[in-house]
Amino acid sequence: MKADIILAGVGGQGILSIAAALGAATLNEGLYLKQAETHGMSQRGGAVVSHLRIADYPIASDLIPLGKADIIISVEPMESLRYLPYLSETGFLVTNEVIFENIPNYPLSEKIFGEIKKLTNFVALNAEQLARDVGNPKASNMVMLGASSPFIEISSEIIEKGIAKVFERKGNLVVNSNIEAFRSGKDYATKYLK
Amino acid sequence: MRKELLLGAEAVGQAAIDGGISGVYAYPGTPSTEITEYIQANKVAKEKGINSFWSSNEKTAYEEALGMSYAGKRAMVCMKHVGLNVAADAFVNSAITGIRGGLVVTVADDPSMHSSQNEQDSRFYGKFAMIPVLEPSNQQEAYDMVYDGFELSEKTGLPVMLRITTRLAHSRAGVVKKEPKKEDEVSIPENLKQFLLLPAFARKSYVKLLGKQGQLAELAENSSYNQYIEGDDKSLGIICCGIAFNYLNENYIEKKCPYPVLKISQYPLPEKMIRKIEGECDELLVIEEGYPLLEELLKDFFLKGTKVSGRLDGALPRAGELTPDHVGVALGLRPPVEYKIPEIVANRPPSLCQGCGHQDVYQALNEVVADVGEGRVFSDIGCYALGALPPYETINTCVDMGASVTMAKGAADAGLFPVFTVIGDSTFTHSGITGLLDAVNENVNINVIIVDNETVAMTGGQESSALGNLESICLGVGVDPEHLKVVVPLRKNHNQMVSMIREEMGYDGVSVIIARRPCIQKVAREKKKIKAQKES
Repeated sequence: MKADIILAGVGGQGILSIAAALGAATLNEGLYLKQAETHGMSQRGGAVVSHLRIADYPIASDLIPLGKADIIISVEPMESLRYLPYLSETGFLVTNEVIFENIPNYPLSEKIFGEIKKLTNFVALNAEQLARDVGNPKASNMVMLGASSPFIEISSEIIEKGIAKVFERKGNLVVNSNIEAFRSGKDYATKYLK
Repeated sequence: MRKELLLGAEAVGQAAIDGGISGVYAYPGTPSTEITEYIQANKVAKEKGINSFWSSNEKTAYEEALGMSYAGKRAMVCMKHVGLNVAADAFVNSAITGIRGGLVVTVADDPSMHSSQNEQDSRFYGKFAMIPVLEPSNQQEAYDMVYDGFELSEKTGLPVMLRITTRLAHSRAGVVKKEPKKEDEVSIPENLKQFLLLPAFARKSYVKLLGKQGQLAELAENSSYNQYIEGDDKSLGIICCGIAFNYLNENYIEKKCPYPVLKISQYPLPEKMIRKIEGECDELLVIEEGYPLLEELLKDFFLKGTKVSGRLDGALPRAGELTPDHVGVALGLRPPVEYKIPEIVANRPPSLCQGCGHQDVYQALNEVVADVGEGRVFSDIGCYALGALPPYETINTCVDMGASVTMAKGAADAGLFPVFTVIGDSTFTHSGITGLLDAVNENVNINVIIVDNETVAMTGGQESSALGNLESICLGVGVDPEHLKVVVPLRKNHNQMVSMIREEMGYDGVSVIIARRPCIQKVAREKKKIKAQKES
């Protein structure tokens, strides 16, 4: 089993919370994990990416090779396209639909979604809206994780345990609303694919 | 065995605690910052009272660590690659004095310049200083190397360099910890002349350092970190340094690499191992993260011997960080790329945060520059360097820590008028104060603007050494109190800032304007912290 995941977004959007939940979920399940992050200058509103690799055998490289990613999870639609060369032929792209426009030459959104729709395997969703719907507007990244979960060979129970671990310090209410956000994203993706 | 998920930088921090340090010394710099932050936040380190305050710069950090080693205790000093330039005087000389308490120097290089002004390779410094250099291929090795590194340092009597790169520092993996070691007791050197580098003593110490080189070579030859992996196909031999070993292995997940492989993670170079692979194989491919240190050494000047490929002959790119794909291409394995980046995807460079005080300073300064002409703003390393990019494009230089003040002085000496300096509070205390003293001593006409956000912002908001002391530092250096002004950079104060800059421009001497407003990220973090405390 392996899951090579590209996490993409804009500095400040907190893509690492997705990685943290998966990391907490898998580390003591006898799985190997490597997760390369972006720190430093790019965190000031620049494009950020994290390579997250999970496998049941020791992982060599911290970076995912081109054409080998099983999934791209992007919390911003244009950023989802930036890492397409990493996506494998059978890989899935899961992206938030909500645009983060902080540059003057941001392309027209129709063009972005036009490119996304050219792919065979993709899911696009409004993660912010789904998070608001479950009553925790801050949980949009857990919605994204939920929407990606059908394409990751790790059971939802284990991922939910990881989410609980990441948020446990903030109390039961926060844990539960994040798990709900995860489930809502998962439901959305399951329906989307049908 | 329980694994903990740690960044490479955090693994280094944990290993330093477990390895028995009494102090970590550092100035923040990507990708090394998280080492010290990890130790600062660690409960055990706090209980033990391990010294972990930020130093003013890498040179002071290095000397403080050396002082702790002098007093018989183990210490670590960490910095980014360019920080070693700042600490180089202390670094090179500490190899000649030697150490007492184990001293590990962790240097984090930044190939591809993700967050730096160059991509220099610190292994050259290690070779230059003639000390052992360790270059881990993964997080566990980084932990083990530091944990055992203090003993290696004590055994050889030399500082030991751990060279990591951004990818390892900022990548997480499971790490297994070892039994924590006890701290050493404070003591006085047995030889009270050991740390005296007066010529008469230094000559002897230097000869002693030269004499240790055989021992260091022997240690590298027998190091478990250096491995020779046999292969049947001798048409090629592959030498990998540090993390490059992973990129090679990534290309051989399904089948074993057919070629003999030499993995190097401890220097000086294991000469016998290199001779073996050269003797066995027709050609060599050298894969190293950073400069072609090894390749240059092995490449035969008259091109009569074994062909050596790598970054110099284009088998691998000459600049930038390696990837598994680069290594695959060098081995004739093409990546199975299905998709391209669509043309509509625009670059998204970093930018100043909305509401940041630096924006207000640049708006005011741009208004003045529009009158006096472009090309007069000398700046420095920090968030405010983003003022080089649109929409501001205010600043004209960003070279090294503190260079804004001194380059402005040099330009003023050359007859340029007016000249401005934009420097952050922490960069000013790192390396700006001495430059200001030069300017004051000659009463040069420069206009210094210290953009004081009361933190080291770019690296994540560490405590600035300048906190609360900027005015007294400037006055102490000799700035005329009449020409030391403070302003709050806010949009509503725009006109005040513009007239203040214009007024000081008219003064024939050194003027300092402190534009002080806390970093908005810092304020947000503090609010969050208070909220979290209330909740719990």
